This record gives sequence, structure tokens and C-alpha cells, in this order.
Amino acid sequence: MIADLATSARRSAGRQYPRTRTIAALVVAGFRRYTTYRQATAASIFTNTVFGYLRCYVLLAAAAGSGLAVTAGYTPQQLATYCWASQGLIGVVMIWGWTDLGDRIRSGDIVADLLRPVHPVTSYLAIDLGRAGHASLTRFVVPMVVGAISFDLHTPQRFATYPLFALSALLGVVVCFGCRYLVNAAGFWLLDVRGVNLVWLFGSSLLAGLAFPLHFLSEWPWLVTGLWVLTPFPSILQAPLDVLVERGSVGQLLGVVAGQAAWAGVMLGICWYVQRRADRKLVIQGG
Amino acid sequence: MSALVIDVRGLRKEFTITRKAGRLRRTRHTVAAVDGIDLRVGRGELLGYLGPNGAGKSTTLKMLTGVLMPTSGEVRVCGLVPVAQRRRLAARIGVVFGQRSQLWWDLPLRDSFELARHIWRVPAADHATRLARFRRELDLDDFLDTPVRQLSLGQRMRSELTIALLHGPEVVFLDEPTIGLDVVSKQAVRAFLTELRDRGDTTIVLTTHDLADIERLCRRLVVIDRGRVVHDGTLGALHERYGSRRRVLVELDEQLSAPIELPGVVQESSSANGRLITFSLDGSTTAGELVGRLASVAQLRDISVQEPAIEDVIARLYASSTTPPHPRRSRP
Amino acid sequence: MADLSEATRRLGIYRRLLGAQVRSHSSYRASFGLDLTANALMPLLDVAAVLAMFRVTKTLGGFNAFEVVVMFGFSATAFTLADLAVGNIERIRFYVRQGTLDAVLIRPLSVLGQLLTLDFTIRRVGRLVVALAVLGFAVSRANIVWTPGRMIMLIAGPLSGAVFFSAIFVGTATVAFWWIDSGEFANGFTYGGKDFTSYPITVYSGLFRRVFAYSLGFAFVGYYPSLALLGRADPLGLPAWVSWSSPLVALATAVVASVVWRFGVRHYRSTGS
Repeated sequence: MIADLATSARRSAGRQYPRTRTIAALVVAGFRRYTTYRQATAASIFTNTVFGYLRCYVLLAAAAGSGLAVTAGYTPQQLATYCWASQGLIGVVMIWGWTDLGDRIRSGDIVADLLRPVHPVTSYLAIDLGRAGHASLTRFVVPMVVGAISFDLHTPQRFATYPLFALSALLGVVVCFGCRYLVNAAGFWLLDVRGVNLVWLFGSSLLAGLAFPLHFLSEWPWLVTGLWVLTPFPSILQAPLDVLVERGSVGQLLGVVAGQAAWAGVMLGICWYVQRRADRKLVIQGG
Repeated sequence: MSALVIDVRGLRKEFTITRKAGRLRRTRHTVAAVDGIDLRVGRGELLGYLGPNGAGKSTTLKMLTGVLMPTSGEVRVCGLVPVAQRRRLAARIGVVFGQRSQLWWDLPLRDSFELARHIWRVPAADHATRLARFRRELDLDDFLDTPVRQLSLGQRMRSELTIALLHGPEVVFLDEPTIGLDVVSKQAVRAFLTELRDRGDTTIVLTTHDLADIERLCRRLVVIDRGRVVHDGTLGALHERYGSRRRVLVELDEQLSAPIELPGVVQESSSANGRLITFSLDGSTTAGELVGRLASVAQLRDISVQEPAIEDVIARLYASSTTPPHPRRSRP
Repeated sequence: MADLSEATRRLGIYRRLLGAQVRSHSSYRASFGLDLTANALMPLLDVAAVLAMFRVTKTLGGFNAFEVVVMFGFSATAFTLADLAVGNIERIRFYVRQGTLDAVLIRPLSVLGQLLTLDFTIRRVGRLVVALAVLGFAVSRANIVWTPGRMIMLIAGPLSGAVFFSAIFVGTATVAFWWIDSGEFANGFTYGGKDFTSYPITVYSGLFRRVFAYSLGFAFVGYYPSLALLGRADPLGLPAWVSWSSPLVALATAVVASVVWRFGVRHYRSTGS
């Protein structure tokens, strides 16, 4: 019943009303929602900044200890930029703390989402992009400024880096959204999703390039390549960060972004499929 | 030891509220949520504590239970000062706060009761006796082994009442115990509270918006509005004060030859043929006396008595209270 | 004597509350195993991040990999112990918002004691086991010349660190009484502190090092106990006895935290949620 209603609601709406306008409204709503969380945003910025200092000092100590001018393909300036931008991007891609879908599944409100004329994956993604827009103006900017004041950062040498970084960060948000959506959607089948959350936390913080640049492991090229190709994690942070600090040629970085785009497509596809299974499960078991 | 279980004098609680005024400027207001309340409740009383939303009911209850510190005024519950002697007081009172559960969400209900026994240190024999009684009176047996998260709202509330009473408290504070319940569950809760009241050893303070609760349960009502007591007395006194009238509807075989003249009796309306008449009574004459008089002058075919609607009284009471408006002091 | 039996009875109640909590969690079977495993992996994730640094360098802040892992072992053991004992206090802002704190206040038990048992999760034991294993491994490989003092420090160091981190958890969580929307603020000090103490403080510099290492006392969790164990002089030039002072620092921090906590509860009870 519900699945039928959901599909028919999605189909019948929007004959007169353009779909893009609905999505734009959702993006704006996502942005506006986060403008109301000023204090929480400030608290997160504080924490990101503390971690910026911590990680930056450690990375620079590693670079100094190596005795080389270029460590794993990064100059000290590039490493410092990498570190501060990674702290800024945490909030933009929102690695942690997204439980919107999971909360609605637990409370049963999810049924209301299914009756809306927009597919849940589309509407949550639109809202998430609005949120990411807000975060890039707040949570990304402040750590970058603090980092630039306290450390010697790398300034992009090529103009193309700016638009490419914007695109790469956007794809990072989409890939991360896909992962979060799936982690939350586990709630359709599991009562307690904390275990799944921890696995996500594990993968995202170690393999996304947050704890250290994955190129630090370049002694094991098969491992690094395997992570890039077989897991979505490097597409979330490592990719936009490499684009920003210009590690490699434009061609190489275009390849990195193309890989991200592929992962974004795969993740959204899985989300759609999982949501369809979830719709069906709600119908049969009533949630 | 006095018979007063609750003794409150000049109780006040102020909160500071920060309000946005423009983009960055914020103004701070001091608001008195409870503004000088006096309250004395004796052993075994059942007190209905009423008021519109935001009147200060929950704030008062929090101060009486030791959760919140009063700004000024004196509070004694069971002879103890709630905040200063919180743990000693907690052993002697029971509380049901509407949405704040005392039950262990994921565990079978039975486990919550067992834990309560240890938290409140109830001797095993007492615990067993009381639990047996509540299981009977509140019909808990069907879901004792069900995890709390799977209980219906009505089952949850019956369980909350049980856990609040298992340690045999002298006073129980019930914050909207019937809110959101279906008719059957409401009746079960009411019947249980009636029974508890009639035993006479437990003092009960009840907040509710449910008028049936008030009519069936509360012999004494304290109504507050904007932090002040606007009525303290029986339901009857409330009717009297706000001019509620009972109505007597009579159907006669013929028209009255002369109007009825009795103290406090007004003929409100009559039908076109004059045989259906509505009288309203303010209490100085009883319905019996009126009917007696009518029977002596005309042939009575049918009578019915309408009690005054409590909704009207309460609505009138809330509307007519004339306490000063909310923000009392403000500083920029 | 009466006090003693009273204390045992109290402990008995808390033990039961803990038991209830453990049973609550294990009622979700599907996630429980996964969660336990993921928890055991957490310290491995952290140590992997430390070791990743040694893929590009032989020394970090003047210390080799084994020496740094000793510091990490101290830090991780202390942190996981504290996290196991009091880590869930960070949920206090939810308790304030949902009114759970009111429900806690109407029970005849201590507020802190109840809150700690409220969301206790046995799953974190896995982290402690792994942290201990890492510490044991690093200590066995770091060429330590054992003396009675150093053996004591091997035990006292993580315990002091645990007390210290517990104080940091409680002290920073208390912020929520004044600032409900404090969000991740406390994480900067708790998880940030864990990261900070995993490395020799010689890698940091400037104001940042002064504040975290000395003003807040994080240098005494991993760095100084490790110097004592390794028998190394402080490259920053502080006298040798400083390396042995962790227990005192932990005690002082605990006192400060308990004062802040009392202050916080009093504030909550005068303002409500």
C-alpha cells in the first residue's frame, strides 16, 4: 500500500510544478536549517581548529623527520594546507553526526517521507547540499583562516585548481552523503545502528585521508590503489584535498575527480536500490 | 509532627530569558514562572493542581520534588527542604513526570520494578506485597515480561504509576498521568487513583488538563495562572464563585398559570406552547424544592437536571484571572 | 563499620544499574557483536595513524617508533579506561534537553553516579583490551631497563592518566549545563586530548603546546610517564622528577573537575532546562 502510494505520489506530482524548483527549495531549506544552529556550528569550528593544530604539528614533524623537501609527494606547505583543509572539509562533507534518516526510521516518521512526491534519496540529498553550502561558508572558512594565520600554507599555482576543487568537494559531499544514507538506512533492518555507525567511523576516519594522507603508504602501491578503486572513502576527503594542494598534474587530478564522479554515481545507485527494498519492507512488515 | 505534608509559603521562581532584538542585540528579561504561591496540603489529600499551559504547574512540581531550586519562599515536603535534602526526600516521594520515564527502555518491565526495589531500598516483603497489589489493580500481568519500549502508552503509564509507588511514598506527584491515553486506560488510571485516594495514607498532587479527572478525582482544586493561585477550594466552591448554574428542564402537561418565584431560581426560557421550561439555579434553592413547587401547581411529565459544565467554569476562570502581564522586570 | 556496609550497599545498587544497562544493550543482538568488534578496532585505528607517520620518517619529534608507541600505549590505555568509566557523561546535553536529568534527580542516589551508569556500555571493554595489548607490545620492544620505580610507573601511569581523562570528560561535559548547544566543544579536549597525548609533546610548539601540555596538563598522560619509563631526559629541559609527577597532576585535575561538576549541577537546579 505505502509503496504504491509512495510511487504514485512521486509520479502524479509535479505535472505543473517544475521539479527543479522543488529541489531548489529543499536546498535552501537545508541551508537555512543550519543557519539556526549557530552555537553548535561555533562549537564544531572550535573542535576542528584544535584538531587542525594537533594534526598539523604532527604532519610537519613527520616531514621534518624525513629530512626530505618533499614527503610522500607533499611539501611542508602542502601538508599544512592538506591538514587545515581536511579539518574544514569534515563539516562540509559531514563525516559524522548525520542521523536525520535514522531518527525518522526509529520514530516511524519515515512513512511520511515515503508519501511525499519527491524520492527520499533526492530530497535528503538536496537538503544535504544546502547544509554543505552553509558549512563551506562557515566550517570550511574559519579553520582555513586560522591555519593561514598560524602556518605557512600552500597557495594554488593554477587557476583551474579553484573550480576543480569546488567540483571535487561537491562530489565528496555526494559520496559521503551516499555512505551516510546507507549507514542510516541500516535502521530499516536493525533496531540499533550503533555498530554500523562504528564501522563507518572506522572506515571514514582511517581510509578517507583524514588521519593521514593515504600517500604516506605509497610503499605499498597496491594498497593505495586498492583503496581508491574498491572503496568510496578516498573520494570523500583525500581527492578534494589532493586537488586543492595540487599534488600531481592537472591531468592526474582530472582523473581523480573522474574517479570520484564514478563513486558518486555508484553510491547514489545503491541508495536508490536500498530505499526500494526498504519501501517494500515497510509494506510487508509495517515498519 | 504536623499533619501538613506539603507546606509552601511565598514560593517564587524567576527565570532569565534572553530574547533576540535585532541582528546581534539581545535583551534579557526576568520572568516569574511561579510568583508567590502559598499551599498547604494535609496527609491523604488529593489535590488537583490546574492551570493553563505555561501557568507554572511543572515549575512548582519541580520545586516540590527537589529538581529545581526556588528563587525565594519556603518549601517543606514531608518536613524536608526539597533541594537541600533531595536524596532523603526522594525516598519518601513518588513522581510521574509525563514524558520522563523511570522505566528501563530496553528491559522487560519486571526488571525495572526489581531495580526500583534496590534504588529505593524497599524490603523484599514490602516490595512483593505492593507489587502484587499493583499487578492486580493495574492489570500488569499481561506485559510484565515485555520490554518497555514495546508497551502501549496506556501500559506505560500504568507501569510508571507502579514504579512511582513501589517504595510506598507518602506523597506522589503526578504530572498529567492521563495525557494521551485512550478512554479505557484513562478509566483504569482513574479507578486506581480513586482507590489510592480512598485508602487515605497517600497524599496525591495531580496536574491535569482532563476535566473528567478533575470531576471524578479531585476534592480540592488549586488553580494557578501566571504563577499565582487564583482558586483554592472544592469544585463546588469554584462553581459558586464563578456563577455556574445548574439547569432544571421540565416538561409540563399545561402552561404555568403564574411564574414560579423562589430565591435564586430564574426561568431562562420556555417553548412556544409554554410547556417546556428551563430554570437555572444558583444554589440557594435546591432542585428538589423547585420540583416540589412545580408539582404542586402543575402536572409534571418529565424532568432532567443539567450539571454546570466544568469546561465553562475553567475557561471562564482562565480568561478572567487578572494577574499582571508576564515580563516583570527587564534590563537591556 | 556502618559506613562500610552503607558503601557496599551503594556499590551494590550501582552494580545492578550497570547490569541493567549491559542487558539493555545486549538485547539488540545483531549490532552488539558488530559494535564490540568495531570498538576493539578503535585503538588499532589510532595506532595505525601513528604508525603511518613512520612510513615517511624514522623519528617524530626526536623519538623513534617504539618510543612513540609507548606514549601512545599510555595514552590509549588511560583514555579507554576513562572512556569506559565516565565517557558517556558527554551525553549530558541530551539528558538536559530530554529532561532525563529530572528523572535522575528524583531518585535517592547521587546524580553523577546515576548518569555514569545510565548509558554505560560494556562494548568499550574491547578498546581497553586492545590498548593494553599495544602498550604491552611497545614496552616489550622499547629496550627499557626495568627498575622498581619504572614498574610502578607502568601501572601508575595509565591509572593516573585515566583519572586525568575522567576529570577532563566530566569537567568539559559540565559545560553543557550552561551551554546546551555546546555540541562537539568538549570533544576538542577529550578526543583532542587523546590525540595530543599519543605523540611526544616535542612535535608541538608555541602557545598551543604551552596550553595543552602544561596549563591543561596533557603532557602528564603519555609523554612524561614514558620519559620516566624510557629513562630519557626531557628534551624540553624540565627536571627528571617532573616525569614522575603524573599522579599529582591527575589528583589536582580531579579536584578541579569535581568542583566544576558541583557548580554545574547547582546551576542546572537553579535554572532548569
